[in-house]
Amino acid sequence: MSTSLAIGLDERVSQLEDTARMVRINIIDMIHTAQSGHPGGALSAADFMTALYFDILDIRPEEPRWVDRDRLILSKGHACPVWYACLAMKGFFPMKELKTLRKFESILQGHPDMNKTPGVDMTTGSLGQGLSAAVGMALEGKMTGRDFSVFAVVGDGELNEGQIWEAAASAAMYELDNLVLIVDANRLQMDGHTCDVMNMEPIDAKFEAFNWEVHSLDGHDMRQVLTALEQAKRQKDGKPVCIIARTVKGKGVSFMEDVRVWHGKAPNDREYERAMKELKGE
Amino acid sequence: MAKDMRDVYAQTLVDLAENDDRICVLEADLMNATGTKVFKQRFPERMFDVGVAEANMVGVASGLSAEGKIPFAASFGTFASRRTFDQFFLSANYAQLNVKLVGTDPGITAQFNGGTHMPFEDIGMMRLVPNLVIIEPSDLVSCEALIRAAAAHQGSMYIRMHRKGSNTIYDENEQFELGKGKVLVDGTDVTLIAAGFVMVPEALKAAEILKKEGISAAVIDMHTIKPLDNELVLAYAKKTGAIVTCENHQVTGGLGGAVAELLTAEYPALLGRIGAQDMFGQVGTQDYLIKAYEMTAEDIAQKAMATISKK
Ligand SMILES: Cc1ncc(C[n+]2csc(CCOP(=O)(O)OP(=O)(O)O)c2C)c(N)n1
Ligand SMILES: [Mg+2]
Repeated sequence: MSTSLAIGLDERVSQLEDTARMVRINIIDMIHTAQSGHPGGALSAADFMTALYFDILDIRPEEPRWVDRDRLILSKGHACPVWYACLAMKGFFPMKELKTLRKFESILQGHPDMNKTPGVDMTTGSLGQGLSAAVGMALEGKMTGRDFSVFAVVGDGELNEGQIWEAAASAAMYELDNLVLIVDANRLQMDGHTCDVMNMEPIDAKFEAFNWEVHSLDGHDMRQVLTALEQAKRQKDGKPVCIIARTVKGKGVSFMEDVRVWHGKAPNDREYERAMKELKGE
Repeated sequence: MAKDMRDVYAQTLVDLAENDDRICVLEADLMNATGTKVFKQRFPERMFDVGVAEANMVGVASGLSAEGKIPFAASFGTFASRRTFDQFFLSANYAQLNVKLVGTDPGITAQFNGGTHMPFEDIGMMRLVPNLVIIEPSDLVSCEALIRAAAAHQGSMYIRMHRKGSNTIYDENEQFELGKGKVLVDGTDVTLIAAGFVMVPEALKAAEILKKEGISAAVIDMHTIKPLDNELVLAYAKKTGAIVTCENHQVTGGLGGAVAELLTAEYPALLGRIGAQDMFGQVGTQDYLIKAYEMTAEDIAQKAMATISKK
């Protein structure tokens, strides 16, 4: 597992919190430069994505397709700035690439592209498809007896898609205990709050009914996030694990928090300055 | 502030619904993109936002239609077509119901969202559905008229709709008929047959470029891609002997494919096709992408000259 085992939990948590702040800074920087993109759902996912990339995942930045690596699929592909920030900071590609987000011929497309971006394990962007692909990868891992884990991240609005539930049934049926699903439960989708558009609560009871092991937690409490991910990766009792990360859309930038329009809007110069001040704690 | 095409779509549905309680609107978590919030405010009981669930949306629309309603259901063109194809094919069309499916952000207008969101294949898929009517308005006037025609038409339709931005090609009182193309410019050397918000203006500009070269180009706005206006295409094939189709879509399966099929069967004539050449979408500004896919007025003019030179 990670090199950080040598240090205590407190220190790991505090280091990851610092890293998550840098991830958020890079997200805002990238989207501001591109003047296009989806900040809200990238910021809500920043803490668990940081924990995954900087502690949990067994990966080799210098060998992105290493066969025994842990896999990650960001099924809510529009949130890819968080993925690109983690991958760049981890060394999968130079940091300067972040400035090319959404520009023509960039390795960083508007939605994740496994053929263009080192470290991206699956192409996504059409919501609802990533969990099925994760099931396929986990099945292959079982078939070949390799012990990598597959992590998939979906949005709470994305749970509306029927394919999610088709995948959920198959993951349990095939006893994929090498599969961990993280639901970024930030309570917002495009058209408003999830409870007003298409309510999927209780999410935990639904996954339990589909025979998954379910953990709900505060998705911005790094200690909870880290502990749950670590446990989920270790757990091998024939059940896929679903972590419901209760999060805030736009987390970390006060004027973006829980505000619908920041789903898919870039900050202007003034908003950018303000966001940066807050994130840097100035 | 200038109106976007989506505002015309939404407002036309509100106007229609004032006098027709069968008109319903469905969305799949893109109400704020399609602009149908005004419909929700005016007729909350006839607006259903089913969440990110396009296949369900089309199934629900089919059920509403079976009960006599006239549902208009929208999503980005990629998802409206690809994610609902079987539901739209079977529940709406094979069942002979009356579902108006709207696919927005056609082709390169998806811009920064990139390849996952760039529909170059929706018309091609839809053309394979028997009896389905397919339209693509080119300006705000034709958008309103064609949405009204769609509501009046008994049978399912696919409406390929530009979302943001406005342009004017027609006078306010211009009349439109489904299945009847519009001759915008007459000509004798070559015919440019275009569809949609991006390509009709490019074709008009191309005709100007050609004029300077001493070439007389006719321009047709083929707002209905299915059923194709065979009579008009054949008349201009005979008159000009050369045709160039201009579409914001793959050159196969869509307008270019339809014209090629007709000409081959009825009156072989020289044909050039402008559009994506068997390529996926990608990230870029519209200005960049229109060049990358060789769909500009200059590209059309060059294709026209190359086509004529084979005469
Ligand atoms: C199949 C599909 N339909 C619609 C969209 C457009 N879209 C992008 S994000 C989004 C809302 C997603 O909400 P959620 O899953 O909660 O994401 P988050 O809040 O984490 O950003 C929609 C409708 C899409 N990308 N894919
Ligand atoms: Mg959400």
